Amino acid sequence: MADVRLRNVRKSYGDTEVIHGVDCEIADGEFVVVVGPSGCGKSTLLRMVAGLEEITKGEIAIGGRVVNDIEPKDRDIAMVFQNYALYPHMSVFDNMAYGLKIRGVPRSEIEARVEKAANILQLKPLLERKPRQLSGGQRQRVAMGRAIVRDPQVFLFDEPLSNLDAKLRVQMRVEIKRLQQDLGTTSIYVTHDQVEAMTLADRLVVMNAGVAEQVGPPIEVYERPETVFVAGFIGSPAMNFLPAIATENGLSVGEARFRAAQRLEPGRNVTVGVRPEHLELDPASPTLRVRAELVEALGADTIVHGTLAGAPLLARLPGTQRVVAGDEVPLRCAPEHLHVFDGATGKRI
Amino acid sequence: MRRARTIDWVPHAVLLIGIAIIAFPVYVTVVASTLTTPEIVYGPMSLLPGPHGPENYVQALSEGNAKTSGVGVGRMLLNTLVVALAIAVGKIAISIISAYAVVFFNFPGRMAFFWLIFLTLMLPVEVRIVPTYAVVAGLGLVDTYAGLAVPLIASATATLLFRQFFLTIPDEMVEAAKVDGAGPMRFFKDVVLPLSRTNIAALFVILFIYGWNQYLWPLLVTNDAEMTTIVIGIRRMLGNGDAQTEWSIVMATTVLALLPPVAIVILMQRWFVKGLVETEK
Amino acid sequence: MRRRVVFKQKLLPYLLLAPQVAITLVFFYWPAAQAVWYSTRREDPFGLRSQFVGLENFITVLEDPSYINSLTTTAIFSLAVAVLAIVPALLLAVMADRVVRAATVYKTILLSPYAVAPAIAGVLWLFLFAPGIGVVAYVLQFLGIDWNFVLRGEQAMLLVIIASAWKQISYNFLFFLAGLQSIPKSLIEAAAIDGAGEGRRFWDVVFPLLSPTTFFLLVVNVVYAFFDTFGIIHAVTQGGPAKATEILVYKVWYDGVMALDLGGSSAQSVILMGIVIALTAIQFRYVERKVHY
Repeated sequence: MADVRLRNVRKSYGDTEVIHGVDCEIADGEFVVVVGPSGCGKSTLLRMVAGLEEITKGEIAIGGRVVNDIEPKDRDIAMVFQNYALYPHMSVFDNMAYGLKIRGVPRSEIEARVEKAANILQLKPLLERKPRQLSGGQRQRVAMGRAIVRDPQVFLFDEPLSNLDAKLRVQMRVEIKRLQQDLGTTSIYVTHDQVEAMTLADRLVVMNAGVAEQVGPPIEVYERPETVFVAGFIGSPAMNFLPAIATENGLSVGEARFRAAQRLEPGRNVTVGVRPEHLELDPASPTLRVRAELVEALGADTIVHGTLAGAPLLARLPGTQRVVAGDEVPLRCAPEHLHVFDGATGKRI
Repeated sequence: MRRARTIDWVPHAVLLIGIAIIAFPVYVTVVASTLTTPEIVYGPMSLLPGPHGPENYVQALSEGNAKTSGVGVGRMLLNTLVVALAIAVGKIAISIISAYAVVFFNFPGRMAFFWLIFLTLMLPVEVRIVPTYAVVAGLGLVDTYAGLAVPLIASATATLLFRQFFLTIPDEMVEAAKVDGAGPMRFFKDVVLPLSRTNIAALFVILFIYGWNQYLWPLLVTNDAEMTTIVIGIRRMLGNGDAQTEWSIVMATTVLALLPPVAIVILMQRWFVKGLVETEK
Repeated sequence: MRRRVVFKQKLLPYLLLAPQVAITLVFFYWPAAQAVWYSTRREDPFGLRSQFVGLENFITVLEDPSYINSLTTTAIFSLAVAVLAIVPALLLAVMADRVVRAATVYKTILLSPYAVAPAIAGVLWLFLFAPGIGVVAYVLQFLGIDWNFVLRGEQAMLLVIIASAWKQISYNFLFFLAGLQSIPKSLIEAAAIDGAGEGRRFWDVVFPLLSPTTFFLLVVNVVYAFFDTFGIIHAVTQGGPAKATEILVYKVWYDGVMALDLGGSSAQSVILMGIVIALTAIQFRYVERKVHY
């Protein structure tokens, strides 16, 4: 087991810098999920930890040892790849045993370790099969088994569930979480799926365009997003953003007036963020009224689409509320659920 | 799609006629190898096999005929086998490692080397007969197995085929191997080589036939009757191809010469077809 | 094209390339360069010294009637071989594409001639056509045809064409069959619903879809006839009678090895190189068109 420390990690291809100085300390046994849209540099970051990409600048340390110039095989890490990267000509057993064999682990110990991993992952009956004879979920488990048998200091996961169908993905997500809790191995997990990120992570690293915009526990990231990007990326349906101007006693968004939790200098241009689930139906004292342009009744929830001050606005109401398109919907938002960002920089105020 | 029943037999008829024509020369040769030379030369020869097969083959294998300086076809078959195997194995070996270098490494001159190999497609031995012979003679390789095989084992075709295949191996497989701790040679031995099995088999079939059937090159670099390959041997036995020729022995030798490559095509048809379609020169 | 992920070793790739590159340089590039070098030089009668003569060897070769004759012979020979190897192969492939029963047996037999060495193919047909001996020669005599390819140039030509085409039918058959099998059945069915009969379906749908294959095979067959038929000529006719079957490759060999005309043979080699390069270039231009098979 080990902690992982990233200090001002940068990556350039030629003159183009794609990772702009990431800092992150991952504690021993922690499960950190790096989440972001495709092309944000999250996979590159993970591959730098693995040693598959050179570190242009900065430092990565695993268990207190700087690994910048250490080969992947000597970093004591194991990796689960997006397409699993199983060796097609080797049996499940051989796939799992290969890393140990190369390291010269005695045969009897290899067998014991593979068997133990196979038991955990319910792969026992499949050990003699070839990867092509397995289902997607089974291949995924073999890829994990290959990581587990090595008993490494750090697990690295590169979008391991993205090739599975939706149902299997939920199931494997739970398995991964349980496994990591049982083994207690430090893990770094890369995904573009924010639900996966929220459910798996002890801590999230939200990346955008090569920058770690926010690092923190999922709930904290959800409740106090530091930037417009993070606020929009985490949460589904995504947060509503409304252009607003600070006034003496709150914020004005077009016709609507909000009370704000903090005082801002009047006249300042800001962006107000409000999550769809924080808008409530309140016919008595509404903060704003929107005309329902489209209503999606999902059963548990009813999603109302409207427009406020030229910006699209979504409200997620309980499924019990009957709203039809064309209704004028009176809505309220508690001041503590308003997120105010600087209009220019997008940073939280 | 439903077809009229009446034309169902047409394809079979056409194919059978085609096969009859294609197979006819081979059939006649096989029959001739069971007759005596006089039976062949003075007659219209019989189109049914005779009883002299065993003695013709024994004579061919052990002593050849007057024009082969007493060197039997057995010796020629051995020479040809050695050369064909050396060419097939040699070509595959040097092509697979050079393709591996070009695909799995990044180094100065990578593309230059690739083109250097690729352009040999444009230089078949037929266009550089005399100077190539001079090189081989200068190296003292005339009348040696090395002289027969080595100049033919550089192959752009095989290198291209392996390169093409290597490019389909996913990057992540290489990365998984790196994380597992496999270096380049280990990765080659444990992953690339086993994955290339079918390509190697297909190439082997094609290259064995290529090596077995060489003609111009052995004609140039062998003078010693002991080093003759079987295809050249037949040419020597044939003489002028007239009534003085010992036809029964020549025909037995011909059967012996075409049997091994034809057997390989028939027995390994799957690999042969794959090799032919994928190498296509 | 290149991979994103590679190994880092610096020396290893050079070591891996070394055998292939060494053989290529020693046995391909060096002799080819020598051919070019000799093609511009003339040796004195004793072969002791040589001097630069520019393009003189080329001019001599191209003005030599026997070279022009060989060029014509090669053109006729290679076109005839290509046609005679392609047409029956297409017919057989179309038929083989239709049969289900015994398809493998037919295929196996039709593919076998590929394995036979050109020189052996020559011997097989020589034996059938040997005047006074061969089975076919008997039949021809019986029909009143004065068959003697040893004396008659056009008969000798016919014989080497047949032997050469026989061997190449296998190759063409295989590619036509692959081409036919890659044509979606739905296309043929659509044509049938459109009312096209069996023959029309072939000429309007199948044949146009096969045309890239046909073109590719045409080039491959010409290359084959140019370079790989040396064994057939050498075994059957030795270029005769009276040089009637002396194709370019045979002439290069004869002038260089038998007549020891280094300059002339080298100039011919260089011309042949130009022909190979041109043919290969054509072949590669059309290579993308047929990759979907």
